[in-house]
Amino acid sequence: MVVEAANGTGQADVIIRVRDLVVGFGPKIIMRGLDLDVRRGEVLGFVGGSGQGKSVLTRTILGLVPKRSGKIEVFGQDLDRVDADDRRRLERRYGVMFQQGALFSGLTVKQNVQAPMREHLKLSQRLMDELALLKIELVGLPRDAADKFPSELSGGMIKRAALARALALDPELVFLDEPTSGLDPIGAAEFDDLIQTLQRTLGLTVFMVTHDLDSIYAICDRIAALAEGKVIAEGTIQTMLSSQHPWVKAYFRGKRGRVLALTRDDRHAPAGGL
Amino acid sequence: MPAKPGFAVERAGDETRLNLGGDWTLESGAEMERSSDGLIGAAAGARAAVIDLARVGRMDTGGAWLIDRARTILEAAGVQSRIENARPAQSTLLEAAGWRDFEAPKPRRGHPLLDMLTDVGASVVNAWRDLVHGVGFLGESVVALLRALGRPHLFRMTSLIYHLESFGLRSVPIILLINFLVGCIVAQQGIFQLRYFGAETFAVNMIGILILREMGVLLTSIMIAGRSGSAITAEIGSMKMREEIDALKVMGLSPMDVLIVPRLLALILALPLLTFLADMAGIFGGLVVSWGYAGLSPDAFLDRLKTAIGFNTFMVGLIKAPFMALVIGLIGAMEGLAVQGSAESLGRQVTSSVVKAIFMVIVVDGLFAMFFASIEY
Repeated sequence: MVVEAANGTGQADVIIRVRDLVVGFGPKIIMRGLDLDVRRGEVLGFVGGSGQGKSVLTRTILGLVPKRSGKIEVFGQDLDRVDADDRRRLERRYGVMFQQGALFSGLTVKQNVQAPMREHLKLSQRLMDELALLKIELVGLPRDAADKFPSELSGGMIKRAALARALALDPELVFLDEPTSGLDPIGAAEFDDLIQTLQRTLGLTVFMVTHDLDSIYAICDRIAALAEGKVIAEGTIQTMLSSQHPWVKAYFRGKRGRVLALTRDDRHAPAGGL
Repeated sequence: MPAKPGFAVERAGDETRLNLGGDWTLESGAEMERSSDGLIGAAAGARAAVIDLARVGRMDTGGAWLIDRARTILEAAGVQSRIENARPAQSTLLEAAGWRDFEAPKPRRGHPLLDMLTDVGASVVNAWRDLVHGVGFLGESVVALLRALGRPHLFRMTSLIYHLESFGLRSVPIILLINFLVGCIVAQQGIFQLRYFGAETFAVNMIGILILREMGVLLTSIMIAGRSGSAITAEIGSMKMREEIDALKVMGLSPMDVLIVPRLLALILALPLLTFLADMAGIFGGLVVSWGYAGLSPDAFLDRLKTAIGFNTFMVGLIKAPFMALVIGLIGAMEGLAVQGSAESLGRQVTSSVVKAIFMVIVVDGLFAMFFASIEY
């Protein structure tokens, strides 16, 4: 969400670099040497069957699940080598939107958005109020939602409020865990548009775990597919459609995928051409 | 580290140029706010102001907001202001995060004295409502209990056994321990005080009557209110939060039958049993201390106890136990069902469940004391 001064490096720089990652719980191994790159400024859709470990990977990158071996670099810093202070500074540069929102139920939406600001920044109450309301408006919530508690919001509004909180510190990188799950198709499409608009205006990098083929076609620049503990295919939607892996084939060229593949050229800008 | 957000002022005629520099990001929030106020101060009184972004490094929504806020405030003060040399990305950001007027927060209402009176009134009304609701709930659960007894094949035996174990069996060690200790303490104080009159052996009467009539059942009830009453509220409350209670209802099951009756019955069965154990532990504590402090042998203690108390002394304590159980269970279940959506409300109801249950246990004990006194039992 930060506009860089002249970026003369030219090459696409990698914001998250995962190498040879192994994660397991007890005797069960979930990630078997997984490699993944997320580039600056892209929307990466991360797909995989239920129970394949999509959320586990997200949680491992966020440091909520310990890894067995492998290397994770975020913003070029090896997460094993950073000390607590650097880690805190690093965490300030990304925002997370959890699947169920994970809003603090005892705080209003506005206080939820202000919570990270209050902890990390030294701002006047007036500016915090203004910025919180600005973020709430940016995610398309009505202004009176600001003083409501999460239990008074609908599912779609909770998702928006969670996104507003994820954006509170103007992060460069946003993790979205199934942002459109549980929304009706119209709400989901609106949310896709919202993510895309915010991503463009604020220059975000988005790491999005999703099941929603519509979202994938609509807003993802690149897609990574997870199966058998590895990324089995990575690239644009064309790459996915031409992949010979049975799971990828079933996912993108199954009954639901075919309809979208046929109509996508009329409906959406070509993937990857941001 | 980010470069400090700042600006340089350049005056040309009656136009003021404000050359912004540094990183205008939230990381340097306080400095950015000061610089933004500085912009307004520097350009105040000029005919026109130009905010030049050419040398700004990084900028985020916070920076965009503050810059545009400064521009708007200058405009309002009659200074023609514009922003120049914004890169395309910065322009987008300025547009998205531009100044807009948010309503001022609602002013606090009313007079403090009036507020206090309103609060007092509200609590009285709430207390009355609690009482009415409690009586209603009591009736509902008695009906459900009777219904369960009438149709034993539908009764949830597994659930009853499970709760008997968690409320009853698992409380045994702590109940035995605290009652033993309280028995010891009562005996010691009794012996010390009665020694002045040379009536140490009367400490046995005191221990017997105090433990059996009051302390055993009271301590057990208070312990169970803290231990199991809170558990009932938390369980039912979190089920309510996650719509599990609603799920039961739409399956045609009554939460009263499925959740509340087994717990109530388990408490009603467990509390007398625990009270019995508590009585024994208290008496044993008294016996040990009397032996140690007053040299009263266990045989002499038991002989003395036999003459001091009757079966009725023992029964007075025991009769109270199921009523205490009912009070604890009802309050626990009611508070659980009153939980709203938030984690905070769960905490509030659990606290209130324990406080109300202990309070009511003591009130009920007082009512029983008056009752037994008037029937001379």
